[in-house]
Amino acid sequence: MSRASILTAITNNKPSLVDLPIIDINAVIQYDDVVAQFKAVLESIGGLAIELNNMQELESEVQAEKAKGHYIINTLPELGEVDKDLATQVVATLETVHKAYLRGAIAVAENGAVWLYEHQMVNRLSPFICQHLVLVVEKRNIVATMHQAYQHIDAGKEGFGVFIAGPSKTADIEQSLVIGAHGARSLVVYLV
Amino acid sequence: MQATTKNHAQLSEAFIADEPRTDWHDETLWFVRSKRDKAVHQVPEWELLREWASAIKNHTLSNLDNYLVDFERNANANGVVVHWASNASDHNNIVLKIMRDNQVKRVVKSKSMLTEECHLNPFLIENGIEVVDTDLGERIVQFRNEPPSHIVLPAIHLKKQDVSETFHEHLHTEKGNNDPQYLTEAARQHLRSKFIASDLAITGVNFAIAETGGFVVCTNEGNADMGAHAAKIHIACMGFEKIIPKLEHLGVFLRLLARSATGQPTTTYNSHFHRPRNGQQMHIVIVDNGRSKQLGRPEFRNSLKCIRCAACFNTCPVYRRSGGHSYHTAVAGPIGSILNPNIDMRANADLPFASTLCGSCSNVCPVKIDIHDQLWKWRQVLVAEGYVANGKKLGMKGMAFVLAYPKVYRIAGKMGRWVMRVLPFVTNNKLLNPWYKQREMPEAPKASFRDWYRKNRGGS
Repeated sequence: MSRASILTAITNNKPSLVDLPIIDINAVIQYDDVVAQFKAVLESIGGLAIELNNMQELESEVQAEKAKGHYIINTLPELGEVDKDLATQVVATLETVHKAYLRGAIAVAENGAVWLYEHQMVNRLSPFICQHLVLVVEKRNIVATMHQAYQHIDAGKEGFGVFIAGPSKTADIEQSLVIGAHGARSLVVYLV
Repeated sequence: MQATTKNHAQLSEAFIADEPRTDWHDETLWFVRSKRDKAVHQVPEWELLREWASAIKNHTLSNLDNYLVDFERNANANGVVVHWASNASDHNNIVLKIMRDNQVKRVVKSKSMLTEECHLNPFLIENGIEVVDTDLGERIVQFRNEPPSHIVLPAIHLKKQDVSETFHEHLHTEKGNNDPQYLTEAARQHLRSKFIASDLAITGVNFAIAETGGFVVCTNEGNADMGAHAAKIHIACMGFEKIIPKLEHLGVFLRLLARSATGQPTTTYNSHFHRPRNGQQMHIVIVDNGRSKQLGRPEFRNSLKCIRCAACFNTCPVYRRSGGHSYHTAVAGPIGSILNPNIDMRANADLPFASTLCGSCSNVCPVKIDIHDQLWKWRQVLVAEGYVANGKKLGMKGMAFVLAYPKVYRIAGKMGRWVMRVLPFVTNNKLLNPWYKQREMPEAPKASFRDWYRKNRGGS
């Protein structure tokens, strides 16, 4: 009922067809050093980017965190044992996650964002519900702007995907910036 | 929105009664506008981006029926249920029916101006559903039983002392502790318990992609994701103008949205939903509620290009000094003033007049809506349709008469100067002369410029 009447009203009322514009990506900003740009922007929005020489450095960090008795989610086999129950874990348990280590597909220099596919999160809640988030992105996968980002990813391929830029934040009380609204209180992006 | 019959000018009068607070509101929003400028200046191709965004939206509006059908087909193929609602009441009933069918009692909501427009919350609460707004600003105003005063910054009309008192009452935070960090932490703990306990999450939609049947939700707090991924059922509500043709167009819109809204390079979370997770139900409600009518008004249809960034609010000299509640509608500010007369001409006839027509709104609009032109055009429509008070009509007619006849103009000028000199209490009078309410009257000159010129320069 509603569907037909809405579509008919639109058909009757829409203007005559105009063309889509041509988006010329060569006309947009380029950066000499996308790594430096990404690091600077991420820091300006409350995150931190660290260049890493090898994954062993990070592996020892993960082991040390686990040794402290924290609930740590690890999804990267190169960082040690991965969490097998993560995909089906219940919300109340996930709520106690201290830190999550996830891989990101690409990073965007202009705005500090990292794209994660659903398979990289394993559980859709993991990048949001953890207290602290650590992402690992390959340096060669940093692109200049969002235009290139959408050329590199297939954002509709999996059921869910997200660009994450910095830690969760709010300025809803008198425009005072507070880090750690509902999602992660901190974000570190390791560039390898 | 509010149960009020007061107009913008009357509601503003209450807002500006507290002068320091009005100044603070003005400066706070101007600060956001300044942040927007800084962010924009980092992007040399900004004007080109605006042009692309505007052209994509114009194209989409000209092919909207086909894109909606594409979107529905692709969403269905993804396992998402699509519903269509002609008006607010249809929308609310669809949402309630999904809840009833699934015996849902507790709901978390992230920001959706559409559900504000449809008055969904009071409807659900009347029907026995617990509704918790999870955006911090929205939770604050929900506790206070107020509507949001701004579409991006819902509690921008409040000071931290107000928030502290509200949280002390509802969340038992320390009395007098006004620290935003402390208050935000209290809300985080409170709302995390709600996310875990809720059966169903409602989100808005920033962009819906015709070619994939997916949709994008943008937040800084992460509340939409916490709600949607924790709940067994996710309902996303959207006005039909949220459609864009392709994923690649997000590259244009996501570069514009947050920079225009808050001056951030992007929102923290740009979440792309395409399929429900295993065992989850995902629904999309597509709403008309007057939009198809607006599409049929050639002079006003491009208001449907709006991406709800609120840049026009932050720059508007009237919004900054009158507050969002004075617009008595879900979407306030300049964009609200051109959208709302379409929904209800009588109730919102005051809004296109709540503007100086300075044009700043059109200049900052990331999708190039000619907002100030449309404000002016709405005035013509409203007068022609008889929705403007007789006093204003008479005044305008009188003014037109005086300005059309130089002799009348000169006599009126002379009378005016005489009254101001001899009987100043007539003009310096808040009851007789509304202009005098917040202003001093100028000193009346002895002669008009014309008289002075004839006397001193006329001969040469």
